[in-house]
Amino acid sequence: MTEYNEKFDATGLNCPLPILRAKKVLTSMDSGQTLYVISTDSGSVKDFDAFCKQTGNELLESTEADGKYHYYIKKA
Amino acid sequence: MSEKKLALIATKGTLDWAYPPFILASTAAALGYETQIFFTFYGLQLLKKDLKLCVSPLGNPGMPMPMGMDKWFPIMGMAIPGMQSIMTSMMKTKMKSKGVASVAELRDLCLEADVKMIACQMTVDLFDMDSSEFIDGIDYAGATTFFEFAGKSDVNMFI
Repeated sequence: MTEYNEKFDATGLNCPLPILRAKKVLTSMDSGQTLYVISTDSGSVKDFDAFCKQTGNELLESTEADGKYHYYIKKA
Repeated sequence: MSEKKLALIATKGTLDWAYPPFILASTAAALGYETQIFFTFYGLQLLKKDLKLCVSPLGNPGMPMPMGMDKWFPIMGMAIPGMQSIMTSMMKTKMKSKGVASVAELRDLCLEADVKMIACQMTVDLFDMDSSEFIDGIDYAGATTFFEFAGKSDVNMFI
């Protein structure tokens, strides 16, 4: 299990809310800290990847388990 | 990395078409874009304090209908009084059940993210609308103001 500083559960939320809310949590965090996001939106897989590429944050891990998507994002 | 810019023109005032400008603007803002939306003609409905947006099945053969309603009620049926409010409430219920944000929520997220919203003064006057009907924090201007920003933008869209 990857370590994280903050956790955001986006279960049930649909595009673009998982990204928007996750971004909000990231803003309140310090550089180098890790955010753990859980989502049920299958479109969020590509979206979190694209979000990290465009914002410079690092997507440490992106996995799927039991219909849920798990992301670990290290703030730039 | 200098900040990218997104300029949108929102021209439609229905519930379904309220989504693209607010989704794109809020997402762009989250990605670090400086974003402006210019609301003109029916798009002005999206700036009302009291959002009374509806969706109409009329003249929209692409709209998926629940329970094969499009087969029971062909075009004439869609013109029955009350059909629009039925379809609107069905759409809202569906959106809520799928975890889709409300238009008001997306608009709030845009405002929070400093998306600049401009109401077209000419159409505000044309429709005898009053600034008291609109949310606070917006500007009133014309096409020239739009181009001042759009001309420097990386992405421009007309919705």
